[in-house]
Amino acid sequence: MTGFIQRNGIVISTYLIGAVAVWMIVMIVLPQAYMLDYSFRHNLPPGKIGGPEDVYTLANYRYLLFGSPTSPDAFNYLHLEVFLRTIVVSVFITLLDFALCYPIAYYIAQVAKGGFARAMILLLILPFWVNEILRAFAFRILFGTSGVINAMLQSLGLVDQPIDFIRADVALYAGLSYAYVLLMVFPLYNAIESLDHNQIEAARDLGSPWWRIHWRVAMPHAMPGIASGCTLVFMLSAGALAAPQILGGPSSLWFTQIIYRWFNTGGNWPQGAAYAIVLLAACLVFVLAIMRLFKVSLGEIAR
Amino acid sequence: MSSESIRKLMVSFYILLFFGFLFAPLIMMTIAAFNDVSFPQVVPWEGFTLRWFPALMDDALMMEGFTNSIWIGLGVVCLSVPIGLAAAIVMTQVHRRVRSLYYTIVVSPVLTPGVILGISTLVFWDRLGTLMDADYESLYYSGLFLTIVGQSTFISAYTMLVFLARLQRFDRTQEEAALDLGATHAQVFWKVLIPFLRPAIFSAMGLAFLTSFENYNTTVFTIQAKSTLTTVLAGKVRMGTQPDLAALAVLIIGVTLVGAIAIEIAQRRELRREYAAKAAAARAERATATPVQVPAQ
Repeated sequence: MTGFIQRNGIVISTYLIGAVAVWMIVMIVLPQAYMLDYSFRHNLPPGKIGGPEDVYTLANYRYLLFGSPTSPDAFNYLHLEVFLRTIVVSVFITLLDFALCYPIAYYIAQVAKGGFARAMILLLILPFWVNEILRAFAFRILFGTSGVINAMLQSLGLVDQPIDFIRADVALYAGLSYAYVLLMVFPLYNAIESLDHNQIEAARDLGSPWWRIHWRVAMPHAMPGIASGCTLVFMLSAGALAAPQILGGPSSLWFTQIIYRWFNTGGNWPQGAAYAIVLLAACLVFVLAIMRLFKVSLGEIAR
Repeated sequence: MSSESIRKLMVSFYILLFFGFLFAPLIMMTIAAFNDVSFPQVVPWEGFTLRWFPALMDDALMMEGFTNSIWIGLGVVCLSVPIGLAAAIVMTQVHRRVRSLYYTIVVSPVLTPGVILGISTLVFWDRLGTLMDADYESLYYSGLFLTIVGQSTFISAYTMLVFLARLQRFDRTQEEAALDLGATHAQVFWKVLIPFLRPAIFSAMGLAFLTSFENYNTTVFTIQAKSTLTTVLAGKVRMGTQPDLAALAVLIIGVTLVGAIAIEIAQRRELRREYAAKAAAARAERATATPVQVPAQ
């Protein structure tokens, strides 16, 4: 500590420690800790907070599992189903994005030449800068009942009636895969780019078929990138709110939408906080599973 | 045709498909913005029109959201750039044993869903407000302030990563040389470190502003009764779809594309300048190295 102050001088040290402390404590740790605490409390009006009724309870979590005490069902089927679907679909989108991106990332990193590769990277970055809401809106124009895809299908005579892609959730899944595809490309690209091309040449010279080169040389080398891309895509899909609100069918919900309702129309913040904790826990489990599976550290994932 | 060339053909075809997938939605939306029908669609094409663009300016709600977005973006820049800078410098100096714990804490916001950052900020400041017995006009309940704080939680991690990337190339001997020559710590900071980091400061500012401007997930919880451009947009898109939305989209896409390309060009120029400087230094070293060699007597 004294070494730190000696090295930076008193004024700069104060700034460094102050800024980092505000960020870590006031912005990251305390809000998360308080949200956890809050999720175990009853929904009370401000006047009663800190009063005798302000005690810890598991009711908010019990609600997610079993629903309201007065409901006839044994479990809260609606919310549990939405939660499971959110997780399963997010995993599916993560896998799909990986399958879509791996060839592109490999091509740019190992096959394409200088200027062409840089141009492709720029082309990849551009759509990423367009607002998430607008990207979702674009998918509405594409997938709506009077949208481009339906018009094409009809003019080709493939269907008589327009297909309701929105109700079938096709638009949502396509929109989510699209929204986060670039967060898969870049980690993969960075990881594959650092692979020495001679290793691939060596494998080829020794008679390895192309798929085995990927399986045994390129992919093992790209593990940190794969882990990083999968974590980001999963976390963003499971935590997406705009795309499900805009592209989701009327009868299907995303877990974040239920959280949103508790905070807005529902007016039950502790309940919403409990649901948020469950979502956070799911993401945490996913990150830990990825770290175990790919044998990478957190530092390698978030780069 | 050999199997090799078939494979090459397939790869090229796939790349075309992939970029088609990336750009088709944006292109379709652009076409819809100029189509003269009252529902945003590409077909049937009813003729070219610009009438959806002026319609935007009359929208008071949208203009208010836009102004708020600008203020929030500036606030986020003022908060997240100094924090990210400090966090990056501390990272390079922190003891090896605590470094991984420190890193875990400061990058955790990047791996946390945005909705959760928004919610935790909202409930935390709400509670602080209750504890302080503050009135509802105070900072604890201000949508704009909470949004700035909530967004900065994760945007500071982004700016930190930008600074870290640049700091990795920093030559510590410059700092030591300045100190040996009698500079104070503050002088070293302002005259050596900050000038070295200047390009990173500009990229971090741009990144912070753009990220803030387009954020939705965190903002939608912290903004409360106020609005930003993205929350107004989301409300409009959910309600129904008018073609002026497509027009707005085209405007925003245009502005963001120009901004993104500008950042990209600036970064490349910086890289090129660095390569040039390095090459010049290497040349100079060779040039000075030669005469020093003492000729064999």
